[in-house]
Amino acid sequence: MSTAADTPVSMPPARSPGVWQLAWRRFRADRVGMVSLVVVLAFFVMIALAALGWIAGDWQAEVGEPYAPPSWLGAPPAQAPAQALPVPQGPPVDLSDVDPLAPRYAEWAERTAQVASHEPPRARTLPLGGDRLGRDVLAKAIKGAQVSILVGVLAAVVATAIGTLLGALGGYFGGKVGDFLEWVYNVFTSIPGILLIFAFAAVLGRGVDTVVWILGLTGWTGVYRQMRAEFIKHAVREYVRAAQAIGAGRWSRMFRHILPNVSHVVLVQLSLLVVGFIKAEVILSYLGLGVPVDQVSWGTMLGEAQNEMLLGHWWQLAAATAFMAVFVTAFSLLTDALRDALDPRLRGLE
Amino acid sequence: MAAYLLRRLWQMIPTLAGVILLVFFLFKGFGGDPAEILAGLAATPEQIAAIRQQLGLDRPLPEQLWIFVRQILTFDWGRSWATNEPVASLFASRLPATLTIMLPLLVLEVTLAIPLALAVAAVRGSLTDRAIVIVTTVAMSISFLVYIIVGQWLFAFKLGWFPVQGWSDSPWTNLVTYAPLPVLLAVAVSLAPQTRLYRSFFLDEIGQDYVRTARAKGLSEPAILLRHVTRNALIPILTNIGAGLPGVFVGSFLIEVFFSIPGLGREVLLAVNRSDYPVIQAVTIYLAVLTMVINLATDLLYKWVDPRVVLK
Repeated sequence: MSTAADTPVSMPPARSPGVWQLAWRRFRADRVGMVSLVVVLAFFVMIALAALGWIAGDWQAEVGEPYAPPSWLGAPPAQAPAQALPVPQGPPVDLSDVDPLAPRYAEWAERTAQVASHEPPRARTLPLGGDRLGRDVLAKAIKGAQVSILVGVLAAVVATAIGTLLGALGGYFGGKVGDFLEWVYNVFTSIPGILLIFAFAAVLGRGVDTVVWILGLTGWTGVYRQMRAEFIKHAVREYVRAAQAIGAGRWSRMFRHILPNVSHVVLVQLSLLVVGFIKAEVILSYLGLGVPVDQVSWGTMLGEAQNEMLLGHWWQLAAATAFMAVFVTAFSLLTDALRDALDPRLRGLE
Repeated sequence: MAAYLLRRLWQMIPTLAGVILLVFFLFKGFGGDPAEILAGLAATPEQIAAIRQQLGLDRPLPEQLWIFVRQILTFDWGRSWATNEPVASLFASRLPATLTIMLPLLVLEVTLAIPLALAVAAVRGSLTDRAIVIVTTVAMSISFLVYIIVGQWLFAFKLGWFPVQGWSDSPWTNLVTYAPLPVLLAVAVSLAPQTRLYRSFFLDEIGQDYVRTARAKGLSEPAILLRHVTRNALIPILTNIGAGLPGVFVGSFLIEVFFSIPGLGREVLLAVNRSDYPVIQAVTIYLAVLTMVINLATDLLYKWVDPRVVLK
């Protein structure tokens, strides 16, 4: 608050930094936060490239031998093909008088010759190894990152949108609307979360978009709680009443005046949900309620890994785990840093 | 007290009604046609019509809702569509396996996490504390699935300390032979987040004025932590345990699926995969009731733990 007296006339009036600018300053000072931001951005660039098909577009191509080991382990010793039956000696027995197919062999051989068949050479080793079909685990992990992160982010957006909208309505209007929404909230929270997910999964079916809807429709309650409290607090503040005095309508007050002032809470809730939903997608996909078999996610990779472990092929498990651990750790640390930067009152409580 | 209890029970009715409406309209509005699911692919239209009439699906919606409510109140859900087993007996036959896993898990979790969290809170701010926070953050970012895959492979397959999986008819064999590996893995996984959470509860209390007073009058640090802080931190810990209790009855479905334990969680998942609606509906509604009852019990427990709490 500077008065006209101590501001030199020649200088333009200094604008006080906004809440986002201040938060960015605090955030930049947080080294852990900055590093995790870089890691998360790198993942987003990677999944953008994967979504465009520039990298890992051919993850379904069977480029290596089944269970090809990672390159740095070296190729496995060549095994002599098992000979179950002894190779017959002597001239082949002529069966043409008893073989009913004999007259057509010549015709088939001719037609086979017309079709060019091309078996590409299969790699003995792959950068991070191969899976049961010889698909590149690195490409799968990248493509899986795209599906898993996309599911997590989209589901979190759905849940946050529902929670924010209902929380805003309940907190701002109170009364009958508020009571009704509290009732809906009580109903949703009285059913154990996993059962609610199962019930939705039973009726909505399978698929990537279905997982997004299931997680979004069942996961909004925490955001609702938080936003309702914020809107109750803000609805009676002076700036909102001032907005009312100059003729701002209800919806304008709720979403143009209050919402920007609580948007930092929304952002933190959103990023908390992303981590939770990525983990949930992994487990749902393993249980067969998530990503279908023609797509790949970290969850389906881990699902395949259970049997591979028994055969000693650990690389798919390691790749999916490493990708997921790096992203989730970075995202969790980023969320902590965001919360510290956006809400300095909370700093040090946890 | 009695008035409080009555009012709380009275307040459960609208919530329960909401749960019933949610489940009813969810399955009615989005689920497939029960008659077609039951009749199978090779059914004639007459068969489907007959099943529809048998289930009351040809009646108006309010009447169907009434049939549904009557099923809930009389505990008469008929038979499972997939196995023809009475739904009511499903609970009785599947719950023991779930509890064999979940009760030891709950007891171990609480008895290990509280002292651990207290110990971490006692050395707050030190290098050990920071290191533990970082390790738990990383440990929590790895999926539960990875821990059980690796745990089963290492302890059961490689080292042979436990059976890989299995279940028997004898509760004792189950408890000492088949339950230990799943229970230990689940405890190991849940210990990190629990410790972190309880640590924050302890830290909240350590900052309070009464702790400073206790220090000022010369109490030793262990006495402060054990006698004063622990008792006060027990309230949020109780809430947390109470919130997790209903989960005990569904079981850790992932563990049950992974280790092929014939519990309730695995049964629900099978029901989801087989579109066995009565089983899913029954489990959902009764567990919602159970959750409400447990929440009430937790609130009553507060009064017992903390005499200052006034039940309104």
